[in-house]
Order: sequence, then C-alpha cells, then structure tokens
Amino acid sequence: MDFQYLFELLCGGVVKGSIYALIALGYTMVYGIIQLINFAHGEVYMIGAFVAFIVAGILTLTGYSGLTVLVLAAVVALIYAAAYGYTLEKIAYRPLRNAPRLSPLISAIGASIFLMNYVQLAQTPDFLPFPELVADFEFMEPIARYVSSVDLVILIVTTVTMIALTVLIKYTRIGKAMRATQQDMVMARLVGVNVDRVISATFIIGSVLAAIAGVLIASRTGQINSAIGFMAGLKAFTAAVLGGIGNIPGAVLGGLVLGIAETLGAGYISSAYEDVFAFGLLVLILILRPAGLLGKAVKQKV
Amino acid sequence: MQKKTLVQLVAAALVAMAFAAPASAADTIKLGVAGPHTGDLAPYGMPSKEAAEMVVAEINAKGGVNGKQVELMIADDQCKPEIATNVATKLVSEGVNIVIGHVCSGATKAAMGIYKGAKIIAISPSATNPPLTKGGEYPNFYRTIAADDDQAMLAASFATDKLNAKKIAILHDKGDYGKGFADFCKEAIEKGGKAKVVMYEGIQPGAMDYSAVIQKLRSEGADLLIFGGYHPEASKLLSLMNKKKIKVPFIGPDGLKGDGFLKIAGKDAEGVYATGPMDVSKFPINMKARSDYKAKYGKEPGTFFDQAYAATLAALNAVKVAGGTDYDALGKALRSSMVETTVGKIKFDAKGDAEGVGFSVYQVKSGAFAEVK
Repeated sequence: MDFQYLFELLCGGVVKGSIYALIALGYTMVYGIIQLINFAHGEVYMIGAFVAFIVAGILTLTGYSGLTVLVLAAVVALIYAAAYGYTLEKIAYRPLRNAPRLSPLISAIGASIFLMNYVQLAQTPDFLPFPELVADFEFMEPIARYVSSVDLVILIVTTVTMIALTVLIKYTRIGKAMRATQQDMVMARLVGVNVDRVISATFIIGSVLAAIAGVLIASRTGQINSAIGFMAGLKAFTAAVLGGIGNIPGAVLGGLVLGIAETLGAGYISSAYEDVFAFGLLVLILILRPAGLLGKAVKQKV
Repeated sequence: MQKKTLVQLVAAALVAMAFAAPASAADTIKLGVAGPHTGDLAPYGMPSKEAAEMVVAEINAKGGVNGKQVELMIADDQCKPEIATNVATKLVSEGVNIVIGHVCSGATKAAMGIYKGAKIIAISPSATNPPLTKGGEYPNFYRTIAADDDQAMLAASFATDKLNAKKIAILHDKGDYGKGFADFCKEAIEKGGKAKVVMYEGIQPGAMDYSAVIQKLRSEGADLLIFGGYHPEASKLLSLMNKKKIKVPFIGPDGLKGDGFLKIAGKDAEGVYATGPMDVSKFPINMKARSDYKAKYGKEPGTFFDQAYAATLAALNAVKVAGGTDYDALGKALRSSMVETTVGKIKFDAKGDAEGVGFSVYQVKSGAFAEVK
C-alpha cells in the first residue's frame, strides 16, 4: 500500500471537499429556514468569481501585490454577491412565500437560467483567464506536492469562515432569530422576530459564502466562464443532501465526504467515473439514511 | 394574401429555374458542390461553396476546361446524412460529373454509397473520418485534408522519437474529438513499441478540480502527458500540474493550437506542444486566393476554404488531364498528376488521401506557437 499516494489524494480531497462545503452551507441554510432549494445558488458562486475577476483585473493594473488584490477583489465580490442574494430573494422568492412549494422551486430554476444567460450576454460566453493571485509561498515548497500554496489559503479561509458562521448562529441576536425562524416561522413572528429580515439575512450570508468559494476556486483553477456555477451548484447540493439538508454541520461533513470520495475514486479506480462516485454515494446514503448523514427524520406535519 | 402570392412567385421561379438549368447545360462540365449551406453548421460549408465559385469563375473566364465551360451544381445537405443521400441522388440524376464534398464525415459517408453506384468521384475538403479512405470501401472518394488519425500518429511518434518518452500518460475529455485523438495515440504508441502507456483515463470536462488524476500521473511515474481535448481542460490540467510541481512535457491536438489556449493558460502554456495543420499560407496560390477572397467578400475566408479551393483545382485539373469525365481516367489523373494548389503541390495516393497534406508539431515559445522543426 502506497501511503504517500493515499496521503496526497486525501489532501486533495479535503481541499475539494471544503469548497463543496462552503457552497453547500448556502443551500442548507436557505433550506433550513424556508424549505426552498435555491437552485440559483451556483450562479451566485459564478457571479462572485466574475466580479473578483473584473476587480482583480483593474487592481493588477495599479500594481498591488497578489494577496492584497485577492483580498480587495474578494471583498468587492462578497458585496456584489450579497446584493444579488438579497435581490434574488426579493424578486424571485418572496412573492411566492405562501405559494405551493413547487412554485418557488420553479422560480429558482428560472432565476438560475436567467443569471447564467445574463452573465453570458453581458460579459462573454468564452472562458476567461483568472489571474493567479496566490503566489507560491516559499515555506510551502517542501510540501507543495501534497498541499500547494493556494490549497493552504483555501483551507484556512474555509475553516475561519465556518467558525465565524458557527459563532454567528450560536451567539448573536440574528443567529438566534434564524434558529427561531427555522423552528417555527409563525411562532417566531408572534414573539417579535422580523421574519422577512431574517430570511434576507440568510440569503445574504449564503451568497457571501458562495462568493468566497467562487473566488477561491477560480484562483486555483485559473479560469472562469458563465457556466461554472452549474456543476459547482449541483455538487454542493449533493453535499448538502448527503449531510442532511437543513443541517449546518451536515453540510460541512457532506462536502468533505463527497470531496474525499471523489478523489479516492478517481485516484484508485478511474477519473472517468468521478461523477459516478459522487452521485452513486448519494444514492447509497439516501437508501441507508434517507434524511442524510446528520439529518433527523421529521414526521410530515399534516 | 400578399405573403402567399410572394411564396407562389418564388416557387414558380424555382420551378422555372429547375427546368431551365438542364436545358442550357448541353455541353458543360458539371461540378457538384455539396455541404451545409444552411443551419447550424453552415459556417463549415459556406467557405467551400465560395472557394468553388471563385475557382470556377476564374477558369470559365479563361475559356473553361478543354474548351468546355464549368457549371456549378450547389447542393445543401445541412450536414445531415439523411439529407445528404437525397442531395446525392438528385445530383446524380441531374448528371453531375464530379463532386466537391461533402463537408461533414457522417454526411459524406451517407452520400458516398450513391456516388459509388453511379461511378462519380467526390473530393471532400473536410471529411476527416479515417475509414473513409483507409477502409477501402469507397474507391471514388478523395480528400484534400489529413485524416483524424494522422495527427495522433504524428503526436505519438514525436513523443517517442523526438522527446524520447518511455512512460506515457494519456488523458482525454471523453468527447468524440478528444477521445478519438487519445485512442489513436494509444494505438500508435503501443504499435510502435518504443514506450509504454502507463495511464489511460478520461476526465470530467467542466469539473472544478483534477488534482486526483494529476497525483496519479506522478505516482505512475509518467514522463510525458498526451491530452485529447479542448483548451479549457488543458489549461486547468497545466495550471494544477505547475502548482503540484509536476513538470513533464505536454502534447495536445489542434484543439489547443489557438489563441484561446494561449490566453487562458497564460504562462502555464509555455513549452506545451500541440499538433496542428501545416502552415499553408506560404504557397503563392494560397496567398492569391486569400487576397482575392478578401477583395470580394471583405473578410478573411472561413474554415476549409483552402482545402476546398485545392479540391476544386485538383478536380478540374484531373478533368483536363483525363480529357473528359470518364470515371477511370479521372481516377488515374487524380492519382498521377501533380497539381499546384492552396495546400501545396498535391496528388492523391491509392486510397484517396492527398499526399503532402498534413500536420506539424508546434510548441509555445514566449507566448506564441512556433513550428518545431
């Protein structure tokens, strides 16, 4: 057994998984509160990457160094993505809040197609070269074969983001309001929680997470186009369901399990079947644990 | 109502033309031009039609071939095999002498059976499917473009003979184009026996990450990577290889040899090899044809223009040498008479492939592709 190879694969899987987890958090938070699968979430990820691309392009001209540009570009991308998330909820979902559950789902698919085509028309359908914003750190040189510099940045940012999210939900007023809304929207409203504002905040937080993932993965692969959101969104959705949709630690666990399973499958069997491993695993887990890894089976309220 | 009368008028005019055409064509050489002229794939067919029109206009102005004028018969197959058979039947029934086309491999294959039965020669500017010539099924088929497997064979021999690779990894994007190239490469390397294929795998196009497959490349100890596919995946692979400090030569097909790849891959592109069609712009006929085209249409000629121009020249030269349009004499003329064309000085081999047409290896050097001598 070649342990070095296994370790290399595991490192790759964890990096991939933490990106899935970041995007999956947005899905799971929204689902937890309004039971809506926000299919336009992948597009917010894509828009985050595009905004960062444009800002980074301008900033690189002014001669700032790589990491500064990355941080500034990411901040602008987050603001944009937050605005998109907020607007999306206002336009596409809020008018359908009390409609049958299928209607907002269709609206979400529509919003996804709209945003993808909008970027394609307003920007370009071509692939664009995303600048390499994370330079190679010298101290990473000896272990670059396991974890490259940009992988390290991804791992750090993801961990910090997840800790921040946990703190936000557990210890702040808005976090408490979110948990209340998740448990019972009518009751939360009765005790004075502004449910509309809580839902808006959820969309904003989810979109910010997606945009962070978009910027990170774009600076790793070095290219973006208007269609990258689709596959990323699908995989992250799979991760969210795998972990138990609506459950926040579940989304993180689901992302990691999915990333590692894909990487090991590709590494030991064949990368031609990478997606087969991902979706096969989903089927298997849903058969054994229909509510997902950490999800609790809820009795249908009648 | 008005719309209807217009339609009727057009229909009447078309019918009149259809009747008029054979009547006026008493003693001409009938050159069919078949390919997609409408629909999605029209950009692949229109340049061929325009090339044939230009050659024929020029030759007719000089008095035609053997004293006869050349008459064009344009046929639109939309690249669809079922339409191609209809179009071929129609051309044959109208007495076509020789055909330039078809453009897509599938449509060409469908039409060839009909031409074969009628003993009519077809010269395609663009059908690259290898069995069309190499299968030996269609002795009446010729082409002025290299077959798909030619570039794979070139890539394979370049890897083993020039770069002395011993353990070769082959990746592809699972699409027809990329996997086809990868399959031919694998076959050629295994047949050559100079190197081993240590890894042969498909990758998921559009995936966020290829690090697993790259780690595998390293653990297999590959000293060269051949990739069949397009530029987005190729640049993603290259970028990750650089980040993971894997430095092995990278060879790709002509899908890489373009500005798109250079732009996206940026500095990762440096040193990458790609096979691509030979540079034909240096031939005097090519320069003239291109400048004539620009003067007439005000833009650069499109895909397969050079090959179609060459095919038309070769066809009419064969008619001239053969002294008529007899099937056997035409075939002999195509195989024996050298003709100056836009893709170089060519004649056809026994199977129908143009000799002297093919691919070269290019390498990215300081941000541009340069031919490797």
